[in-house]
Amino acid sequence: MKTSISWLLSYTDIDKNIDPHQLASDMTISGSKVEGVEIQGADIDRVVVGYCYEVKPHENSDHLQICQVDVGNEKLQIVTGAPNVREGAYIPVALDNSTIAGGTKIKNGKLRGVPSCGMMCSFDELGLSHEDYPGGIKDGLIIMNDLEMFAGEDLSKLIGKDIMPVLGASETIIDFEITSNRADCFSVLGLSLEAAVTEKANFKKPEITVKEEGTQNAADMIQVEIKDPDLCPRYMARVVTDVKIGPSPKWMRERLASAGVRSINNIVDITNYVMLEYGQPMHAFDKKTISNDKIIVRRAADGETIRTLDGEDRNLDSSMLVIADCNGPVAIAGVMGGENSEVTDDTAAIVFEAAVFEGVTVRRGAKKVGLRTEASSRFEKGLDVINCAEALERAVQLVEELGAGKVCKGVVDCYPVKKEERKVEYTPEYVNKFIGIEATAKEQKDILEALGCKVCDGYVIPPSFRGDLICDADIAEEVARFYGYNNIKSSLLSACETTQGRRNRKQLICQKVRHNLIGSGYNEMLTFSFMSPNVFDKLNLPQDDELRNAVKILNPLGEDFSIMRTSMLPSLCETLAFNHARRVPAAKVFEISYVYIKTSEDTNILPEHKQLISLGKYGEGDFYEFKGEIEAMLNSLKITGYEFEPVTDNPSMHPGRTAALVIKGKTVGFFGQIHPKVADNWECPANSYVAQIELEPVMAAAVDIPKQKELPRFPAVTRDIAVVLDASVPAGHVEKLIRQRGGKMMESCTLFDCYQGAQVGEGKKSLAYSLSFRDMEKTMTDEDVNKIMRKILNGLEHDFGAELRS
Amino acid sequence: MKEQLKKISEDFAVQIAEVNDLTALDALRVAFLGKKGMMTAVMKGMGQVSPEERPVMGQMANEVRGKIEAGLTSKLEELKKAEMEAKLKADTLDVTMPGKVPVKGSFHPLQQVIEEMENVFIGMGYEIADGPEVEYDYYNFEALNLPEGHPARDTQDTFYISDKVLLRTQTSCVQIRVMENKKPPIKIICPGKVYRSDNMDATHSPIFHQLEGLVVDKGVTMGDLKGTLEVYAKAMFGPETKIRLRPHHFPFTEPSAEVDVSCWNCGGEGCRVCKGEGWVEVLGCGMVHPDVLSRCGIDPKEYSGFAFGIGIERTAMARFGVTDLRQFFENDKRFLDQF
Repeated sequence: MKTSISWLLSYTDIDKNIDPHQLASDMTISGSKVEGVEIQGADIDRVVVGYCYEVKPHENSDHLQICQVDVGNEKLQIVTGAPNVREGAYIPVALDNSTIAGGTKIKNGKLRGVPSCGMMCSFDELGLSHEDYPGGIKDGLIIMNDLEMFAGEDLSKLIGKDIMPVLGASETIIDFEITSNRADCFSVLGLSLEAAVTEKANFKKPEITVKEEGTQNAADMIQVEIKDPDLCPRYMARVVTDVKIGPSPKWMRERLASAGVRSINNIVDITNYVMLEYGQPMHAFDKKTISNDKIIVRRAADGETIRTLDGEDRNLDSSMLVIADCNGPVAIAGVMGGENSEVTDDTAAIVFEAAVFEGVTVRRGAKKVGLRTEASSRFEKGLDVINCAEALERAVQLVEELGAGKVCKGVVDCYPVKKEERKVEYTPEYVNKFIGIEATAKEQKDILEALGCKVCDGYVIPPSFRGDLICDADIAEEVARFYGYNNIKSSLLSACETTQGRRNRKQLICQKVRHNLIGSGYNEMLTFSFMSPNVFDKLNLPQDDELRNAVKILNPLGEDFSIMRTSMLPSLCETLAFNHARRVPAAKVFEISYVYIKTSEDTNILPEHKQLISLGKYGEGDFYEFKGEIEAMLNSLKITGYEFEPVTDNPSMHPGRTAALVIKGKTVGFFGQIHPKVADNWECPANSYVAQIELEPVMAAAVDIPKQKELPRFPAVTRDIAVVLDASVPAGHVEKLIRQRGGKMMESCTLFDCYQGAQVGEGKKSLAYSLSFRDMEKTMTDEDVNKIMRKILNGLEHDFGAELRS
Repeated sequence: MKEQLKKISEDFAVQIAEVNDLTALDALRVAFLGKKGMMTAVMKGMGQVSPEERPVMGQMANEVRGKIEAGLTSKLEELKKAEMEAKLKADTLDVTMPGKVPVKGSFHPLQQVIEEMENVFIGMGYEIADGPEVEYDYYNFEALNLPEGHPARDTQDTFYISDKVLLRTQTSCVQIRVMENKKPPIKIICPGKVYRSDNMDATHSPIFHQLEGLVVDKGVTMGDLKGTLEVYAKAMFGPETKIRLRPHHFPFTEPSAEVDVSCWNCGGEGCRVCKGEGWVEVLGCGMVHPDVLSRCGIDPKEYSGFAFGIGIERTAMARFGVTDLRQFFENDKRFLDQF
């Protein structure tokens, strides 16, 4: 909300010359956040009113003219190219070493050989718009004699004066951020009260007296009926006859302009002025358009329509509130008036409306018709029934002041349920304890009373316009704001018990995993958790794949961000492809993050948030290196007994280069090379590898505190064997059998060669292992080892038809 | 015999000077001290020496032997030293050639900032909580005093899954989940993803991160909130950092404040980073609203608490000098490698 500083201060006895930035800073600290301070014409320096008493053509130019200008303490010669210069004109003059709009410096110089001391200015050059100055022109100098604002004025008195104040363009505008709880601060009066309490100054509301020179009684001229009192707690109306539509005075136009509101005519300006001043939106109906002189406040009927003031047809429904006459709606309550009841130049009598409508209804209605107006944004915060009455009086007072019409006697006031005073629990001790300060009861009372509260024993009665003061904590905030948040002494939970801070087991395991993967050369990535539904086609998934059943966002930013991910593969592929496209030769990335798995088709039930460890890489290393990095990660968690099984049926993965990770007999993830078709779809390099592993089972298998095993005292015995068996037998199965048969004496089993070729025959392969045995209690004999070797070889022969290679 | 010993001594002195390697030294030792060496030969003549002279000769012979042994030892050390020096010289590397750097990855800059914040609060006795990102409207809004139709809902453009389910717009919903499940004392933080319907640009993202904090216990004051945030600000932005609280409005805290820290770039004098203000807004906070406590079954007459919410991206951008938020989510290796 914008207001000029002079308007803001006009209700207070704050020093009018207060530094605007100081005031802005003080108010920000007391809770009225200033978004910006704009001092009009602050960049304009040494530009004054000049009187041009002689104009002669330039000898060496067909368009330049040489002018003699009186600027008060000296007379200057200025060369100008502006065609509208004339003798006898009063014109703004930028002196030597002056600054005009945009920071441009003006210095004395020569134009085609003729000395020119300074420059005469246009509106543009002063950062102004000719539209704000009737009589002014866009292209050309400001000829002050022609401006309406100076009509009949003796301009000679102004010679040499600073131009910006003369043009009324030196106002300081403060822009406040209004939070949703402070409907009262959505007004100059509300902010003015805050300013007064902040600066410990006095605050005074405008004094209102209405003469009521109209001959008739309002009650005889208009009737009001509220059909839905739950949505309209109060509706007040005043009638004005003998209306004279015309322009409003300069002071009002200036104040409206400072708040960013365009002047229309006296009646419309009064409604806007009062809205800005009191925060109470007003509406003026042309009385003759209200049929049967009866206003009805009711819910709209489904299918009803109204053409609003902006000329648009709006569809209404029963969730919205309208102001209607017997023919239909004349306004959407709290949002915008109808074209049919608009005040026009031939309006003779008007009905001023000041009402309170229920906030949520206005907000929803405004949203539905797509019209968020100055009025609706005030109503939606919840307005005050008392302030409503004051605002209406202020409006008709202004009508009289401006001579815009005759105010009829009395007010039509439909106020079905009178608002009661609210008592809010309060003791000074509570505030001190809650905030952690030691403010005396007197200090607290002074603050609360300055804000308009009545302070009683054990409770406070807030002013009716402070609908936000409901509980004891609200009162504490008021005290704290003006005591000064920054005067509160800092402490560190001195009244509380000490607690132990820590990460839980899952968080510690995630940390270990992350540290390990970084050690293996992986960069941690962070990817979006929503994506496009077309990723499933790109992943080569069949139409009925359950991964396609994703959580859908009703109002996504676009199709590309419309579903919650069910797989990490798209994020991995996208990241690998992104790096590849930017010619990064090799990349390794990982992330621990969620996928979102539906647990029900009912969208009102939350999906499962499944945490996955995902890895991806391209450029360097092969499948086995990738697998080794995954094993290293598991080893770092001291997980033992994990196994790998070939995966041939994952449609996104290479059928011959994908493995499942099996922990305690349960598949907990997969990894391998992505399917060439999928790599193509994403434009990933062909040698891209990805892994996706569930965190929970990994966590369950992790060993937090390993127990030390005794170091061996007796020597180990090693034996190498090579066996020939069918090429299709997975090496993992062979190793598993060797380890089983090897028993507890087997210390290690390492595959050191794998051969396929002519020497072993078609369809066969040779696997060579180095086996190591050790007895912790004694030195093993050859016979001990031979026994175990026989068991192993028998097993290999029996299960896989393996032969010892000679 | 005397002459013989004298000659041996003289000969040794001449010959040892000429020795240049260990083989020659060994040969010299054998020649003088060996079983068939010169000293042995001379000593054999000791029998013919008169008994009176024997002690004198014996002493002299021992002196000569001692001299020879000392000469041999010192020569041996000299030669070994020379040999070591030669070896070291031969082994010399060009130490200015490049080292072989093991390839390590890096933590994501946002995660680094989160972890650092976590460590600050763990040090003050906080635990880390988490909660769902796809969340009930109840936890994200209603329980936080933002009922349907509340105007403050407009400031958080929300992604909806259904009437009752949405993508959480703030980590504050975790406050409610924690309070529903745990009795005071409560001291938790919760870092996590939040979602708002903002288009992506240099300073906005529809997905970003917050860190929520919540303390509930008997006798918690706003002074405690301020003290806690001072510790945080000094830890994150440097020991000279000051904080400033500005009253604000959040429906779920009362009193509420926005918190500025003195600009880490200029120290408060005003610069480009703080847009000349000297202060930079870093978080929102307040005392937990009594209605929120009651709703979670905690009696506000007995307990009080504070809560705060910190924007991670903004802190990370300031910390690392990142000017475009989008880089955090592009995951360009060359970007990630820098952290």
